[in-house]
Amino acid sequence: MKRLGRAVVMEIFCFLKQGLTPYEKKKYVWKMLYIYMLGYDVDFGHMEAVSLISAPKYPEKQVGYIVTSSLLNENHDFLRLAINTVRNDIIGRNETFQCLALTMVGNIGGREFAESLAADVQKLLISSSCRPLVRKKAALCLLRLYRKNPDVVNIDGWVDRMAQLLDERDIGVLTSSMSLLVALVSNNHEAYWSCLPKCVKVLERLARNQDIPQEYTYYGIPSPWLQVKAMRALQYFPTIEDPNCRRSLFEVLQRILMGTDVVKNVNKNNAAHAVLFEALALVMHLDAEKEMMSQCVALLGKFIAVREPNIRYLGLENMTRMLMVTDVQDSIKRHQAQIITSLKDPDISIRRRALDLLYGMCDISNAKDIVEELLQYLSTADFAMREELSLKAAILAEKFAPDLSWYVDVILQLIDKAGDFVSDDIWFRVVQFVTNNEDLQPYAAAKAREYLDKPAIHETMVKVSAYLLGEFSHLLARRPGCSPKEIFIIIHEKLPTVSTSTIPILLSTYAKILMHTQPPDPELQNQIWTIFNKYESCIDAEIQQRAVEYFALSRKGAAVMDILAEMPKFPERQSALIKKAEVAEVDSADQSAIKLRAQQQTSNALVVTDQHSANGPPPTVPAVGPLTLVKVPSTSGNAEHTSEGQALTQPNGTLTKIDPQTPSEDLLGDLLGPLAIEGPPGAAVQPQQNAVSEVGGVPSAVDGAAIVPVGEYSNSVQPIGNINERFYALCLKDSGVLYEDPYIQIGIKAEWRAQHGHLVLFLGNKNTSPLDSVQALVLPPAHLKMELSLVPETIPPRAQVQCPLEVLNLRPSRDVAVLDFSYKFGANMVNVKLRLPAVLNKFLQPISVSAEEFFPQWRSLSGPPLKLQEVVRGVRPLPLTEMANLFNSFRLMICPGLDPNPNNLVASTTFYSESTRAMLCLIRIETDPADRTQLRMTVASGDPMLTFELKEFMKEQLVSIPTAPHGPTAPPTPPVAQVAQPTSPVKALTDPGAMLAGLL
Amino acid sequence: MGIRFILMVNKQGQTRLAQYYEWLTLEERRALEGEIVRKCLARTEQQCSFVEHRNYKIVYRRYASLFFLVGVDNDENELAILEFIHLLVETMDRHFGNVCELDIMFHLEKAHFMLEEMVMNGCVVETSKSNILAPIQLMDKTS
Repeated sequence: MKRLGRAVVMEIFCFLKQGLTPYEKKKYVWKMLYIYMLGYDVDFGHMEAVSLISAPKYPEKQVGYIVTSSLLNENHDFLRLAINTVRNDIIGRNETFQCLALTMVGNIGGREFAESLAADVQKLLISSSCRPLVRKKAALCLLRLYRKNPDVVNIDGWVDRMAQLLDERDIGVLTSSMSLLVALVSNNHEAYWSCLPKCVKVLERLARNQDIPQEYTYYGIPSPWLQVKAMRALQYFPTIEDPNCRRSLFEVLQRILMGTDVVKNVNKNNAAHAVLFEALALVMHLDAEKEMMSQCVALLGKFIAVREPNIRYLGLENMTRMLMVTDVQDSIKRHQAQIITSLKDPDISIRRRALDLLYGMCDISNAKDIVEELLQYLSTADFAMREELSLKAAILAEKFAPDLSWYVDVILQLIDKAGDFVSDDIWFRVVQFVTNNEDLQPYAAAKAREYLDKPAIHETMVKVSAYLLGEFSHLLARRPGCSPKEIFIIIHEKLPTVSTSTIPILLSTYAKILMHTQPPDPELQNQIWTIFNKYESCIDAEIQQRAVEYFALSRKGAAVMDILAEMPKFPERQSALIKKAEVAEVDSADQSAIKLRAQQQTSNALVVTDQHSANGPPPTVPAVGPLTLVKVPSTSGNAEHTSEGQALTQPNGTLTKIDPQTPSEDLLGDLLGPLAIEGPPGAAVQPQQNAVSEVGGVPSAVDGAAIVPVGEYSNSVQPIGNINERFYALCLKDSGVLYEDPYIQIGIKAEWRAQHGHLVLFLGNKNTSPLDSVQALVLPPAHLKMELSLVPETIPPRAQVQCPLEVLNLRPSRDVAVLDFSYKFGANMVNVKLRLPAVLNKFLQPISVSAEEFFPQWRSLSGPPLKLQEVVRGVRPLPLTEMANLFNSFRLMICPGLDPNPNNLVASTTFYSESTRAMLCLIRIETDPADRTQLRMTVASGDPMLTFELKEFMKEQLVSIPTAPHGPTAPPTPPVAQVAQPTSPVKALTDPGAMLAGLL
Repeated sequence: MGIRFILMVNKQGQTRLAQYYEWLTLEERRALEGEIVRKCLARTEQQCSFVEHRNYKIVYRRYASLFFLVGVDNDENELAILEFIHLLVETMDRHFGNVCELDIMFHLEKAHFMLEEMVMNGCVVETSKSNILAPIQLMDKTS
């Protein structure tokens, strides 16, 4: 029979077509059902099945109904043909026919049935003349029709009848009515208040075993199914207000909680515990008295340790639900050891429950233990669980990490142990964290390097280590085995083993390694170029594009350094992982009240913990110092091309375009979208005042007089991005974002003409509600005259206000103007003090000077105070070309060829101010190829003050470039200023530079 | 909604009875049954009677060579379903007298009649054995 081919089946049904006796017809229709059950498609004979419904005799009719409801679904056309017959059966006098028809409609009735039959079914359900066997089916039939079309039950008219139904004595009718009630109250519990006491009554009746026929007693327990259903219905009412009702319910519950003992008979035991667990759920739902709750926890604690696996499973499951109840978490934590034991249970169902429970009960206090347990278990866990396990471990590590290096450890271990099951989201997240936390970068890079030493590592590990090393390996440069070359070799070893999705990441890493290798290592360069060449014709467009672009870029040398610079920080946002977990938790249609509560609670919990994770970058971050050239946040796609004639400060938009470093669209979105106005991420509102330290993080070199001391301010609003970084970026370009937080974005656009500056502040409200009490006050230093036009007090929702600001430079000075900005959002009063990028170099105009003009000038400005010389130490070692670029970006024009010594630079510029008018400035830098950390700088101009200020300004710039502070080894030594005393006699008397030197 | 499907499967994994309370195409049924049967039949006596599969929870019980598998929603009371399976078996016992796989194979219609009386649209209708068996006995008498 099992191998019955389709042909044979067809043959059978040829008989069907010829007149068969009803018996034969019946027999063949059953066979059809049997074949269907075995998994063969039965797309014939449906008509025969449906036609049997209208047979006059019970046996055929029965077959017709049953087979029809098995074979057809509610949308089947044939069903419509039967609708009249069905209706006739329902309103007919024959009880057995009524039952058959009601059952079929109850199983597969659709909307059409709901509209044409609902009234009749309701009539049957409440009719006093109908016998229970019809009414119980009518109740469930009505439930089906109600689900198909809720309008068929008219609430006002039905509430009383529903309540009446619950007075029913017959347990069968009560059981099905209770199911109907559950469906009704789950949609609208308010309307059915009057049913609540009735449910309690039913429960009391069962609990006391009053008037329960023997037939409905199951192993001595009065219908456990009805008890369970009644308690389930009660869980849809938020509370029970009536004290009498409450008291009697609690009496029943108390009796169940206390009176359920473990008995030998399995069935009796199961049935009793079925009732007990439902009672537990109800107690939890009602958030009962403390005493009862602790009873529940104690019971569950007992259950999770018993031998009987079903009870253990349910104990764990219900304990997870219990987590939603306030105040019991601590008592649940006492069972942590037992739960961890269950994680190693031989039964996967129990392990799953234990995992869920551990996940739910994890908080800061036990995160380390739990995550380590999970990691340990990961290596032995079965495949079915690994993905879930690793996702959960990753989320917990992120949510509750006591310190970030631990987080990095956990994720790398995770990838190492279960690489196949670590989704991309997990490693993207760790990259985001590391990128956003400078403190973490050397550690993460070192860890990544360690993992690369392992003989066989997972491809995801290759991806993440290659990415981390590409970005941050230069921070390790002084450690053994971490030279660019060694790093390149060890990464390159992995190339043949990886798939095409990883190769682009490796190519980016090579490009970055190449960029960080200063001075360039020709051998390494050739190796890497060979690789780029090889992939230039790769069939994969992504790889090909990267190979071609990196090749071209790396040939350009240091001029394009900042294109390959470190990635800018990612904006803080909700973890993709947590989102993923949330999606996974979304449930099917029918949700119990407990589930709904549970979901609300989890989402609350997530908001709270998210704040924690948003805290991720600790307030100490800016200790690394401001970033000038290297890390230009890619905030302004419309950045103006500021450096005349130089391809240096490219519009930052290209940074993202050229550097396809981002591993996913998701991250790319981050890079492209920081300017986009978006609603405030809830996480950004923080109780701490850690913005303060950002201001304090200005490096010592720039400190002192250069900076108007900015007082501490206690804001509850956390700025997005580093304020210092934004300021330094704006010192180099003329438009961009000055400040951003969840509510407001302040952009700036400037035009500079001689000593005049015309700035426009763009105040953008990011919210859908207005910002009030907006105040902006400019505190100009003595040398600047600044005039800010009126700032409106309110910024309408999602609007941008432009406030022009006029600047006039009176005399040379490095002091900085400060914008004191405040606004109110809701109850939050936010006040920030921002430095305005109206700095010395903005009043410079590069000018090209020929040798004939230069030398007479240089000679005429002889000695202090018009010409100052200083040896600067602790300079960040920069290749000469890069230093030239740096000068150019400050509008000091490098004049090549003036100084015959290739290690020296000569630059010229014009400074504008009211007091000096246009003033030519000449600069000469002599570097020592043997020690790039020191140089001799000579500045000359026609104004002593200007000469001094310009010299100091350049010194700051040369020293403050972020250098080794990442590494633990070499903190930058503060510059020792020795005026006009070369440390060692320039032994270059013989070289051509001596000619120039002689002129000094 | 409660019960999504009821399956009876023998030790070899052959389906002996399948009753669904939600519409699945034949393909989906075949896949689902295959997965569930593989999962449940591999379990030992010492393991619990609940298996999570997709968004179902499978509550199952083994009687000699026959497995009874019931797919329910995640928040259904598992033990109540477990005992409901036993009630079904007891009901069959009462009718067939110590029910076995062959009884169900050769009297598929009767097994269906019983289920039909006990479950409707995924909800329990009747738990009294005599009430469940009444229509069948009536029919046996008349034929």
